[in-house]
Amino acid sequence: MYTAASFAAGFVFGLGLLVAGMANPAKVLAFLDLAGAWDPSLALVMAGAVAVGAAAFAFMKKRTRTLLGAALLLPTPRRIDRRLILGSLVFGVGWGLAGICPGPALVLAGTGSAKGLTFLAAMIAGNGVFEFFEKRAAPGRARMQSS
Amino acid sequence: MSIAWNAFTPATALIGGAIIGVAVAFFVVLNGRIAGVSGILGGLARPQAGDVSWRIAFLAGLVAAPLALLAALPEIRVDASFPTLVAAGLLVGAGTRYGGGCTSGHGVCGVSRASPRSIAATVAFMAAGFATVFVARHLIAP
Repeated sequence: MYTAASFAAGFVFGLGLLVAGMANPAKVLAFLDLAGAWDPSLALVMAGAVAVGAAAFAFMKKRTRTLLGAALLLPTPRRIDRRLILGSLVFGVGWGLAGICPGPALVLAGTGSAKGLTFLAAMIAGNGVFEFFEKRAAPGRARMQSS
Repeated sequence: MSIAWNAFTPATALIGGAIIGVAVAFFVVLNGRIAGVSGILGGLARPQAGDVSWRIAFLAGLVAAPLALLAALPEIRVDASFPTLVAAGLLVGAGTRYGGGCTSGHGVCGVSRASPRSIAATVAFMAAGFATVFVARHLIAP
């Protein structure tokens, strides 16, 4: 059940990205191009997603278990450190180069697009770079952080 | 700045955004987790018992979404060249892991939770995205 719910969430997420235009890199770049012919659509994608998301997180606020009885596992890190900001800046540069972030990368791969698959492969390699340096920095006890 | 009104799609943007919000809502209400794609993928690099199948299921759902829409797939255009895609993919793959999240984990879930950490990350990657497109489109290749 837990795994099936996870598949459904990913599937609905992917549909949302497609409907919103987030899975179209040309549209994403048109949003990021403030000095050109700016397409503000993606600001509304964020607004729509956050409006629904905020209600869901508010609903879960006082709970410790989900409706399936699973544990609630929300991120605990609170520090705004150099790692967070530098990593996000690096991500933003990559996002601005191609107009693709991780969710759309998987959706594009699902369309069978050679460019989408190339980006996904490079993104997984980028993950590998991170893992390599993390393991070297702290052998045996890798740091894990999430949003 | 000039707004491209002909490209502006407020209705599908809001509806698509709300669908993304529904997915995020499902995932926290049923699975108790943040729908952060980079973190879900990244966790597979250190597989732990009982922690693998839900990750693969979520990612498979994302991959399956366009297959379900096959006949009615919206326009998708990738202008970046293959070398650019490789560079961009490496930066996105490494940057999101150091930053602990991406557009979904920080941008949608974190902002929905009003997490100061995620808001800071979102401001940083948006600013870098705007700056990168400015340099690429208006300074390097105007």
